[in-house]
Amino acid sequence: MNGKLIALGFSALVAAGAIAMAADIPLDQRRSSYEDMSRDNKAMQDDDTANPAMLFVLDGEALWNTKAGASGKSCADCHGDAATSMKGVAARYPAFDDASGRPVDLEQRINISRQKNQQAEPFRYESREMLALSAYIALQSRGEAISQYDDPRLKPFIEKGRAAFHQRQGQLNLSCAQCHDDNWGKSLAGNIIPQAHPNGYPIYRLEWQNLGSLQRRLRNCMTGIRAEPYPFGAPEYVDLELFLMWRARGMTMESPGVRP
Amino acid sequence: MAAARTLINVPPKAKRGDVITIRALISHVMENGFRHNNMGEPIPRDIITSFVCSYNDEPIFEATLYPAISANPFLTFYTVATDSGTITFKWSGDNGFAQEATAKITVE
Repeated sequence: MNGKLIALGFSALVAAGAIAMAADIPLDQRRSSYEDMSRDNKAMQDDDTANPAMLFVLDGEALWNTKAGASGKSCADCHGDAATSMKGVAARYPAFDDASGRPVDLEQRINISRQKNQQAEPFRYESREMLALSAYIALQSRGEAISQYDDPRLKPFIEKGRAAFHQRQGQLNLSCAQCHDDNWGKSLAGNIIPQAHPNGYPIYRLEWQNLGSLQRRLRNCMTGIRAEPYPFGAPEYVDLELFLMWRARGMTMESPGVRP
Repeated sequence: MAAARTLINVPPKAKRGDVITIRALISHVMENGFRHNNMGEPIPRDIITSFVCSYNDEPIFEATLYPAISANPFLTFYTVATDSGTITFKWSGDNGFAQEATAKITVE
């Protein structure tokens, strides 16, 4: 009898899950995880002399103006003032790359430009240099609306990302959607489950005591559900990043954000 | 990175006798010396051990930092605006680490 009851309960749970999973979060109910932070953490993000990510931005600004590689050119030599040339760029990445025929994220774009235009060594993922330069570029989109969804070539990749978002995986057999679509706002071990919008990356995460990319955060979630993370730069991440940006379309960029 | 980045927040202007807030943020790994790398070798301690803030060469705030302080230490403290001049911030630590920053204040 117990078995029957459990089976009944389980099918009810599955049915409830199916109903909840049917739709994305309504556009007007989306919220940045900034809203869930403590007053102190908000103050830290709001003040550029208190936000530790701004230390990296200073390094990024220096890198922007540093000549690199065989070309002897800096980013600024081609792109000029980042405040104008990079305005809104991070708000529309990942973007479609003609050469590879698929979307690339901001970090990959930086390395493509380093290798092709500067003829320099690519930066390692999560290296201080990569984080600093991507934070400096992302800062130029602060306050801009996320807007990368009109390119029709991105559509199949957004769908791939959506499939990954709904794919159960890992030993805990959980999908991203089960937490971030169906149960956002509830508690998970004392933390509020966020909606998982990528509008503040790269973020200074207090737990990391460091700046980190969206891919690092995705790996973090994958380890959390005991799935094996993909290596940095894997196309699976870029598709997922693309879907997350599409899902957050129209939301305001906060980069570089602070998160607990 | 040769020099550590610093971010200082001092009000540029204040009235004489006002209590002002001073904030000082510095980029530093604050490696606590208790961790091991992937090969199991201990990572040597590398922290900031002392901080001094001087107002026109007179120390107004000092702090001793220990391994439990997190990376990129952020210190906030208060003082009374007495005179126009320079506020100097000095951090020092392991491996000969030394960094200085200054800020100007006008007191009316």
